[in-house]
Amino acid sequence: MFKFFEPNKIFQITSKAPRYVLILFVIILCIGLTEALILSPEDYKQSDAVRIMYVHVPAAWISLGIFSSITLLSISGFIFKNKNFFLISKSLAPSGFVFNIIALVTGAIWGKPTWGTWWAWDARITSMLILALFYAMYLISWRIFESEEKVFKITTFITILGIINVPIIKYSVDWWNTLHQPASINILSKSSIHSSMLFPLLIMTAAFALFSLLIFLMKYNTELIKIKNKGLDRL
Amino acid sequence: MINELLFMNGYGIYVLSAFSFTLLSFSALYLITKVQFVKEQNKFVAKFGSLNSEKAKSAKSQRINKEILANATNN
Repeated sequence: MFKFFEPNKIFQITSKAPRYVLILFVIILCIGLTEALILSPEDYKQSDAVRIMYVHVPAAWISLGIFSSITLLSISGFIFKNKNFFLISKSLAPSGFVFNIIALVTGAIWGKPTWGTWWAWDARITSMLILALFYAMYLISWRIFESEEKVFKITTFITILGIINVPIIKYSVDWWNTLHQPASINILSKSSIHSSMLFPLLIMTAAFALFSLLIFLMKYNTELIKIKNKGLDRL
Repeated sequence: MINELLFMNGYGIYVLSAFSFTLLSFSALYLITKVQFVKEQNKFVAKFGSLNSEKAKSAKSQRINKEILANATNN
């Protein structure tokens, strides 16, 4: 089954896809920004400050999703001895890290008008900061270790340690008393967010997901060309 | 209308700075990734150009190498 995902076979698709993904991303982002900044209603309590949610929440969701995917791919790469899984993980990490930083910074900007402070050592915020550190360690490992075997082992170890933090981030607002509000959107139970706010949130999430796909494809293609460059040296 | 959009009941500075930070981060990440991609592509084309005809023929037998060259000329 993994033969379908061999770089030589999928490069034909991954090399052409970015331009289409970019066009789609720009269209969805424009719709999302119009909805988020103009058409969606203000909150009865937070007034217009609630609009920060439309960048903060999707960024947090996607950074968590990417880290979980990286962990799954790294472990699978180890089990099935498939280098391509590591290559995919490596290509996903930069956008995951940037989304994590966006979630932290926009959270701090949102905190000032709603809590009266830019930062609090609150369970949710601190655990998101720890996730950013795991992302940083993961990315730095790829830069500093030359040996492929070593970097595969170390990055997998980092992701396994980091994934322990993901459920802590998710349930921190339920387990501890925090400044951060509990989740408004639940898959298994009824969400407490109104549809007029849910729609722009989902549109912005789709735009952010497309952006991470775009960066992933560009980074993956770069990594493949790097490998081919080394191959030319060996000829 | 424009004033209302910018002022946002006094929260405009927070909302717009959060959105601006996000869009600036997107632009920076896109540009950095694009520059890295173009750099590797150019390196590949230069290396390929320096190969002798025999080695170039062998390299071109791989579909992925042909794709990289075709994309480089299209860009």
